[in-house]
Amino acid sequence: MSEQLERTPLYDRHVAADAKIVPFAGFEMPVQYPTGITAEHRAVREGAGLFDVSHMGEFVVRGPQALELIQHVSVNDAAKMEVGQAQYSAMCLEDGGIIDDLLIYRFRGHYMLVVNASNLAKDWAWIERQSEAFECELEDVSERTGLIALQGPAAREILRPLASIDVDDVKYYRFSEGSVAGAPAVISGTGYTGEDGFELYVDANDAPRVWDALLDEGSGAGLIPVGLGARDSLRLEMGYALYGSDLDEQHTTLEAGLGWVTKLDKGDFVGRDALLAQKEAGVVRRLVAMSLQTRGFPRPGYDVTHGGEVIGKVTSGTVSPSLGIGVAMGYVPTELSKPGTMLQIDVRGRPIEVAVQRAPFYTGGSIKR
Amino acid sequence: MSDIPSDLRYTEEHEYLKAAGDDAVYVVGITDYAQGELGDVVFVELPEAGSSFNRMEVFGTIEAVKAVSDLYCPVDGTVVEVNAALDDDPSLVNSDPYDTGWMIKLRVDDDDEVRGLLTSDGYADHVG
Repeated sequence: MSEQLERTPLYDRHVAADAKIVPFAGFEMPVQYPTGITAEHRAVREGAGLFDVSHMGEFVVRGPQALELIQHVSVNDAAKMEVGQAQYSAMCLEDGGIIDDLLIYRFRGHYMLVVNASNLAKDWAWIERQSEAFECELEDVSERTGLIALQGPAAREILRPLASIDVDDVKYYRFSEGSVAGAPAVISGTGYTGEDGFELYVDANDAPRVWDALLDEGSGAGLIPVGLGARDSLRLEMGYALYGSDLDEQHTTLEAGLGWVTKLDKGDFVGRDALLAQKEAGVVRRLVAMSLQTRGFPRPGYDVTHGGEVIGKVTSGTVSPSLGIGVAMGYVPTELSKPGTMLQIDVRGRPIEVAVQRAPFYTGGSIKR
Repeated sequence: MSDIPSDLRYTEEHEYLKAAGDDAVYVVGITDYAQGELGDVVFVELPEAGSSFNRMEVFGTIEAVKAVSDLYCPVDGTVVEVNAALDDDPSLVNSDPYDTGWMIKLRVDDDDEVRGLLTSDGYADHVG
């Protein structure tokens, strides 16, 4: 890899905090701090954690047909959104394969799409091509946008004195425009941990100042910086799918458990015909959550078996720091996807019993829906 | 910098041997450097006391958040005791690798084999 890695506006903060830096989606990102993944995970479940997610991509869509473009590329129904609302969705290829999952924000005069860093270039090329048929403008504001996630049961009280708005007005999947520590910010009631919390979009130049102010304010409440390692175990405990692991172009939203955001009756969109056909013919494989019945560490790529036959692969897996048991996700045939179905995961040559279950694995989160 | 006590012997596979007081019995664990590389240890699978292993035979595995790694027997010997405390608290391997985070006590077949292992200086060179 000769490609130059990018850095987020908070890179210097991570280095100063002695984080272990790894390449991720083209960025040099902190995978953990000296506290370690388990301690960072616990901090978010019990107090609060601060995440640098500035590597995510942000596209602004404006113009008379901005909504029409979004309706064309997104599987969810953006027409249902009010100003100040955020919506989870996905973009599909014509064959229904998932290009990316994303968040859509409706502002007064424009929309913002937030996409995975690993898909930023692909998504931009895709949306730009689709936009030719619509009267709208696209702008990639990723580089000048810093994104900080503040997550945990203590997040609300940490943000309260620093925010220009009443944080209690920011409901789940809603956002307000205001400022944090004096810096203009979009304060969004979203996250990827299952805990109460916020995602703060700020100018890249302001990101270090906001980061410092939050850590300072939160130190008494146990706020610590949290790396990508704990971000992954936190989302996995909630059964949230991750693009590149659980979601990809080889699987459709219906297979990936994203039927709830796939609005087949909203009108035409890219992938709708294929998804409709798949729904009518029957979805033959599904992404499921599985919990290990005995000790074992299910790692991505391990075989999922039933009666000695390989029926799928683990797409995400870890030992849940909160629950102390192995938890995994993977695609299995629909007839074996019902909660309560017993399957096995081949852990280094040893078949370990797993039970298919409903997500989330962890039900103690402080998230306020 | 990782901690490499001068009174222990080491292997290139990042295990240490520490004299257990009893003749020919050594405490075996993984080094501070190894635990740092592995990250948070989630659990450790260890053999039954009484089992015998040849040098470089796998006697157990360490499952850490990031990766799984095998534990290689540093010299021929027989396990006389395993650290049951790791069942309840595997993080001892991270927090205290040379003391409460030990893994097995091994009665070695030939003491000379132990003297052939790396010294702390040799191990420090190995991990660079």
